[in-house]
Amino acid sequence: MLDAILLTLKLATLTTIILLIIGIPLAWWLARSRGLFKDMIATLVSMPLVLPPTVLGFYLLITLGPDSPLGNVLSSLFGGPLTFTFSGLVIGSVIFSLPFMVQPLRNTFESIGNRPLEVAATLRASPLDTFFSVVLPLSRNGLLTGSIMSFVHTLGEFGVVLMIGGNIPGETKVLSIAIYDYVESLEWAQAHLIAGSMLCFSFIVILSMTLLERNSRKAGGL
Amino acid sequence: MKALVITLLLSAISSSVLAANVRIAVASNFTAAAQALSAAFTQRTKHDVQISSGSTGKLYIQIRHGAPFDLLLAADMERPHKLYTEGYTNTPPFTYATGQLVLWSRDLSGVVDGMDILNSDTVKRLAIANAKTAPYGKAAQEVLDNLKTTHSSWKLIRGDNIAQTYQFAASGNVNAAFVARAQIVLDKRGFTWQVPQSLYSPIQQGAILLKHGINNPAANAFYRFLSSDEAKSVIQRYGYITR
Repeated sequence: MLDAILLTLKLATLTTIILLIIGIPLAWWLARSRGLFKDMIATLVSMPLVLPPTVLGFYLLITLGPDSPLGNVLSSLFGGPLTFTFSGLVIGSVIFSLPFMVQPLRNTFESIGNRPLEVAATLRASPLDTFFSVVLPLSRNGLLTGSIMSFVHTLGEFGVVLMIGGNIPGETKVLSIAIYDYVESLEWAQAHLIAGSMLCFSFIVILSMTLLERNSRKAGGL
Repeated sequence: MKALVITLLLSAISSSVLAANVRIAVASNFTAAAQALSAAFTQRTKHDVQISSGSTGKLYIQIRHGAPFDLLLAADMERPHKLYTEGYTNTPPFTYATGQLVLWSRDLSGVVDGMDILNSDTVKRLAIANAKTAPYGKAAQEVLDNLKTTHSSWKLIRGDNIAQTYQFAASGNVNAAFVARAQIVLDKRGFTWQVPQSLYSPIQQGAILLKHGINNPAANAFYRFLSSDEAKSVIQRYGYITR
């Protein structure tokens, strides 16, 4: 049980960090550019919202497996196939939670508008400097929302893990799989314990986010 | 308009009388065999068969929670018997097939003995089904316990049921897997080791006619059909032993 809790937190934390690294530049680019190519990428990013997790699980199983060229490259890099490993789950979670990070960030970036950037430019700030000292501080809310959503969404991931996880304690047996296992083997006391905790946790997280947004709106933030 | 509705209603009623539906819950290992059986059954009786497959443990829980199945073809005797004592059926289970456990590998060749596979360094990952919910997984666990193999050389991957376990091996994601003989009857690739019967308790698979299907003529017909010679020859063709 403790194994599963720690593993799930580790997966969600790592996924969120990687998503911040990928999501910030991607969301910025989506917010600042125009054209069909941008629209296509934006569509791709949003796909995990509507696709069944099993679709992603199926493709990951094929792509990361030993029969695909990419799977073989990754295999030699990581010293073995990525299916049924923690790294494989991280890859799956990053793809699966991508829209939850990118959407809020993109909305925030778009709402900043050109004016602060122009002001910074007249003060001779370099674009990079502008981004870190003007844009990111102004986007605090988007960053927070994106991070929390990605984190919580990864906690609840099930379909992908069921297909590429292999139910290995300490490696791929996350909380959602543990609940599934307990229910299947009629150990309902444990199932109730985890399910109830997750229910309360999600409630608290979403409520805090709502309160946070209201406070920041009062404070005049974006 | 009215006439049309009445015609539709009548046709719906008449077709349901002529050819009833039977819903069968089937343990994953028996899925292919059950499909062949239902094809033969439909040809003979014109009744439609709907198959839902999963691990025996999962199907048991679904039935306990009111899943609308007429029959259960399980992978063990234990759960059908439980359903009998719990009053979900009026008849005790009968053994419709005895399964055989095999160790199967898609890519390994030139191996003589399954023991060599388990002790060789080429196997990095071995898949078995979830021992708690899948009887074939339980049997595989017994084999590993009896052989006292060291888990140092390879990692154990667990499939949710025996079908997923086979898929792990068929897609090359694991080097070898303990599966049902029935699953690899049609797969001529790779290497198969018939696990000696002395290493695991016999996998007797029980069938019951559930209360949900008692008043369904199609369900009763399928239940009888299971013990017919025609059905037995199909079941044997899929690598099971029948009485």
